[in-house]
Amino acid sequence: MTSVVSAGKKWGASLASRPENVGLGVMLGLGFGAVALAAQWVKGPSSLLVAIAMLTMVVGLIYIAFAGGIEARKSLAPYGLLKPGMIWLCLFFLAPLWSMVVMSLSSKAGRFDFFPDFTWNFENYRIALTKFRPQFIRSFSYAAIATLLTVVIGYPLAYFIAFRGGKYRNILLGLVVVPFFTSYLIRTLAWNNILADEGPVVSLINTLQITGVFESLNIMQNGKLMNTPAAVIGGLTYNFLPFMILPIYVSLEKIDVRLVDAAMDLYSSASQAFRKVVLPLSLPGLFAGGLLVFIPAAGDFVNAQFLGNPQTTMIGNSIQDQFLRQLNYPVASAMSFVLMIIITIIVLIYTKFMGTEDLA
Amino acid sequence: MSTAFSKRQKAGQRLVNVAAGAALLYIFIPIFVIVLFSFNEPKGKYNIKWQNFTLDNWANPFVEKELTSALWVSLRIALIATIVSTILGTLIAMSLSRYKFKASGAVNLFLVLPLTAPEIVLGSSLATLFLNRSVDFGYATIIIAHVMFQISFVAVTVRARIRGFDWTLEQAAQDLGATPSRAFWKVTFPLILPGIMAAALLSFALSVDDFIITFFNAGSLVTFPLQIFGASRVKISPQINVLASMLLFTSVALMAGAMILGRRRERRHTGTLSK
Repeated sequence: MTSVVSAGKKWGASLASRPENVGLGVMLGLGFGAVALAAQWVKGPSSLLVAIAMLTMVVGLIYIAFAGGIEARKSLAPYGLLKPGMIWLCLFFLAPLWSMVVMSLSSKAGRFDFFPDFTWNFENYRIALTKFRPQFIRSFSYAAIATLLTVVIGYPLAYFIAFRGGKYRNILLGLVVVPFFTSYLIRTLAWNNILADEGPVVSLINTLQITGVFESLNIMQNGKLMNTPAAVIGGLTYNFLPFMILPIYVSLEKIDVRLVDAAMDLYSSASQAFRKVVLPLSLPGLFAGGLLVFIPAAGDFVNAQFLGNPQTTMIGNSIQDQFLRQLNYPVASAMSFVLMIIITIIVLIYTKFMGTEDLA
Repeated sequence: MSTAFSKRQKAGQRLVNVAAGAALLYIFIPIFVIVLFSFNEPKGKYNIKWQNFTLDNWANPFVEKELTSALWVSLRIALIATIVSTILGTLIAMSLSRYKFKASGAVNLFLVLPLTAPEIVLGSSLATLFLNRSVDFGYATIIIAHVMFQISFVAVTVRARIRGFDWTLEQAAQDLGATPSRAFWKVTFPLILPGIMAAALLSFALSVDDFIITFFNAGSLVTFPLQIFGASRVKISPQINVLASMLLFTSVALMAGAMILGRRRERRHTGTLSK
C-alpha cells in the first residue's frame, strides 16, 4: 500500500518536473475524450462530464504553459502543435472505425425498424465472408495482378528517369504526375473510349486477326475488350501507376552510381550489377509502391463499375451497394471491417520491416 | 561508365529506353483521348465513338447546368477543406520536423494510417458515425471528410519539404533581438511557405477529385465527380471532357508556375548569398 502511495508521489513529482509528459498526457486524454464523445461510449449526462474533464485538461495545460516559463513552453510546444490535427483525426478517423465495428455487430429489430441496434450479431460476418467471398477473392487477386503490372510498367520508367533523366528529371517526373490531375472518373471513362467495341484497339486486333490469341489469354471475351476482368485490372493498373513509379524513383535516385561502376570494375556484367546492386537497393521503393498500389486497388469500385460486368464486381462494389442502395449498414460495415483488418495486417507487417518513411 | 559496353549490354539499355518511352506513352494515351473527345460531336447520348470534329463543346462549356453547378460545389468544398487541412497539417509537420519528442514515432504511424486505409473504409465508417448521430449529410459532412484525409497528406508532404530546414536561422534572428513570433513570421515562414503552398495545391486537387469518400458522405449534394458518376449511366456528354481538360490545363499551369516561381526564388536567394 505504501509503495503504491510513494510510487504515486514519485509519479506526480516527475510529472511536474517534466512538462513533456504533461503535454503527451493531455494529448492522449483529449484524443481519448474526443473518441469517447464521438463514438458514443458515453451518453447523456456522463458525456457532459467527459467534456468538462477535457476542458479542465486544456485549462490546466494553458496554466502550466504560462506559469512554467520558457522551458516548459518549449517542451509543451510539439504537443500543442499536434493537438488540433490529432483531435480532428480522433473524431473523424478513429471514432468512425469504432462506430463501424459496433454497426457490424448490429441488427434491425423489425422489418420496418430503420436503424439497427447493437446485438452482438456475428451473422453479418458470416454473410460477409460467405455470400461475398467471391468479391473478396476477386478484389485481392485483381489488386495483386494490377500491382505486378505497375511494377513491370513503372520500374523501367523510374529507372530511366533516375539514371538517364539528367537535367530533365524534374520535367519527366512532372509528366508522370500531370495526367493524374484530370478527374479520376474521367480518366477511367477514357479507357471506355479506348477499349470500346468500335474503338481503335479492338478494330486493330480484328484487322490483325489475332483475336484468338487474346481470347486464349482470357484478355478478350466474345471478341470484346470492354466489360472483362482484363479491362478492370487494366483500369486499376493505369489509375494507380504513379504510386508505384514515384517511390521506386525515390529509392533509385538515392543510389550512388559509382556502386554500379565498382561492380562493373570487378567484372560483373550489366545485368549482374543490376541484380546484385541496383535491384536490392530499390526494394524499399518497390515495397512501398506495392503497398500504395495494392491498397487503393483492393478497395476500389470505380473501375469495376465503369469497365467491368456483373461478374467482375469487387468488394468495394458490394460495400457500396449494401450501404447506399440496400441500406444494409451492418453487413456493409462487416465487409468494411474485414477489408480493413486484412489491409492493416499487411501494413503492420510492412512497417515492422520498413518503417513509415517510404510511404510518405 | 568506365567499362566498354558489349553488344548485349547496349541492347539491354535500348530495351530499358523503349520500355520507359512506352510507359510514358501509356500514361498519356487516355489524356489525349479525353482532350480529343472534347472536340467530338457525338450521335446519341454517349460520347464514346469518334464522329465529327467540332468546336461547339468548347464554345459552350457551361451548357450542362447540372455539371457546372456540381463543379462549383466541388471547388467551394475544396477551398474550405484545403484551408482548414493546410493549417492543421502544417502544424503537425512543424511539430514533427522541428522537435524531438517521445511520441513522434507513434504520431508518425498514426498519420500514415488514414493514408493507407482503403478509401471505402474511411468513407463508409465516417458515414456510419454521421448516421448514428443523425447528422444531415451535405456541405459540412463532405468538408469534414475531406479535411480528415487531407490532414495526413498535408502533414506528410510539408514534413518532407521542410526536412533539413535550418531551424537555427530563427535562433539567429532572436539573438539579433527579434521576438520569437517576429522571428517566425519574418524568417521561418517565408522559407517554408513554398512547401506549404505545394501541399495545399495538391490537397486541393485531391479534394476536387475525391469520389469514393464523398460518395458516402454527400447525401443529396452533388459534387463534380458524383455528377459524372450519376450521369454516366444515362448520358456522357462531351462537356465533361471540356471541363476535365480545363481543370487539367489549369492545374498544369499552376504547377508549372509554382515550379518556375520556386526556381526563380531559389536563384535570387543563392544570388544574394553569394554576393
